Amino acid sequence: MMDKLIFGRYIPGDSLIHRLDPRTKLMSAIFFIIIIFLANNLWTYLALAVFVGLAVSLSQVSLKFFINGIKPLLWLILFTVILQVLFTSGQTIFFSWGPIILSKEGLINGGFIFMRFVLIIFMSTLLTLTTMPLSLSDAIEYLLRPFGKIGVPVHEIALMLSIALRFVPTLMDETEKIMNAQRARGIDFGEGNIYEQMKSIVPLLIPLFVSSFNRAEELATAMEARGYKGGEGRTKYRQLIWKRRDTLAMSSFVVLVAVLIVFRT
Amino acid sequence: MSEIITVNHISYKYTDEQERNALNDVSFTIAKGEWVAIIGPNGSGKSTLAKTINGLIEPMSGDVTAGNLTLNEKNIWSIREMVGMVFQNPDNQFVGSTVQDDVAFGLENLGVPRDDMVDRVRDALDKVNMLEFAEREPARLSGGQKQRVAIAGIVALRPDIMILDEATSMLDPKGRQEVLRTVKEVKEKENLSVISITHDIDEAAAANRIIVMKAGELIKEGTPEEIFSYGDQLIEMGLDLPFPEKLKSSLKEIGISVPTEYLTEEGMVDWLWTYGLKK
Repeated sequence: MMDKLIFGRYIPGDSLIHRLDPRTKLMSAIFFIIIIFLANNLWTYLALAVFVGLAVSLSQVSLKFFINGIKPLLWLILFTVILQVLFTSGQTIFFSWGPIILSKEGLINGGFIFMRFVLIIFMSTLLTLTTMPLSLSDAIEYLLRPFGKIGVPVHEIALMLSIALRFVPTLMDETEKIMNAQRARGIDFGEGNIYEQMKSIVPLLIPLFVSSFNRAEELATAMEARGYKGGEGRTKYRQLIWKRRDTLAMSSFVVLVAVLIVFRT
Repeated sequence: MSEIITVNHISYKYTDEQERNALNDVSFTIAKGEWVAIIGPNGSGKSTLAKTINGLIEPMSGDVTAGNLTLNEKNIWSIREMVGMVFQNPDNQFVGSTVQDDVAFGLENLGVPRDDMVDRVRDALDKVNMLEFAEREPARLSGGQKQRVAIAGIVALRPDIMILDEATSMLDPKGRQEVLRTVKEVKEKENLSVISITHDIDEAAAANRIIVMKAGELIKEGTPEEIFSYGDQLIEMGLDLPFPEKLKSSLKEIGISVPTEYLTEEGMVDWLWTYGLKK
């Protein structure tokens, strides 16, 4: 059950994509989601697909991890694609029944939307597969920095994020322990109807909550004892270094955008 | 020897509803380079006492002097820089996502420049023999290793005093020994004063002096030899009996006359193997 969680999906490696700065990867993923809306015909989608394919193969991560990334969203994708296929009117109509229309344009649109979903999921999966959660939180802090000027507590958000990530395995261990302790007291997890299953979660959540609050208090005391007094005047140990390959990766997007603008209709 | 910590008639109460004070008119001094163990049963005020020394708790009366600073709101951060504290639960004081990040946490708080920080983190990890684990996440460390990282985090700040607040109580015997050995090494290398709050007899025995607390008051003070000679009363004082003492009382039960003074493990061995010869 725990393995399926989004954390720890990071696949260690030493590929070009792994070595890119987390900021580059985060910005690329966001930027990609924006420019994908420039594509509107076969050639532009093909260009995007080639770009993603290249990035995926450069990461040296097995394709099956990417396909696994699609699985949880499969129903959402199918639902959207089917809606698109059935409710787009067009000139070449194969079949119609009341509001339901099966047209050539609808099929093409459905295909494009499917492509869009798959490409976005591949790109964001690439980000999480090749970037350590911790580096990702560093990148988020860096990119949020301008918002500090308008009063967003960037340092606190970043610290919260990194402490949360650090405590994920600790709390998972604890959950496991509590589950075993409650099983020993006769509780069945994951059995019975939905109502019974939900009820069995309560004796798991309450001790977990109580202990988390205790942990938080002790952690706060320890942090204070170690001189933590907020973000002001703090220096940072972790450092992000922008390299030439990051500039190159970002400029590859310029080429991609140019291709999209030239070939879109 | 000059005093590095002076605790002067401090009293403290957590809430007004409490009947007795958590600390009641406690005074003592600790000399530079000295190792003092504080023992006492649960609820005797040991941890409260430790927390008053670095200002985590403000005493209601009396004052605490560390170095040449008398603790107040203005110098509290300088005092926390000087007094490092290792807590009981290894997990709940590990702030960083990796070993090196955690050691750097205190330095980041002080605003130490990054280049300086890198050297100090490496140096501190080297002193607790954890350098090879620098990249590890806490989930992949043992309890003893986590506590050693906590010690490194303190050493990196170059303090004068280290307080161990039951730092070994959640560890297995191996982890305990490991941490205790590290504390001894670091104390020598860095010329630290150590205050260790403990139930562990080995940890108490490593001290130069033992302070016994009971119901918020300091009831006894002495060298480990003096304190350990109380024998059976040690359990009431919140200590587990040392092995030679346990052996002594078992021998006594079966009618063998044993020496009344405290015996170290070596002393016990010597007495045992000469016991038959004397007769």
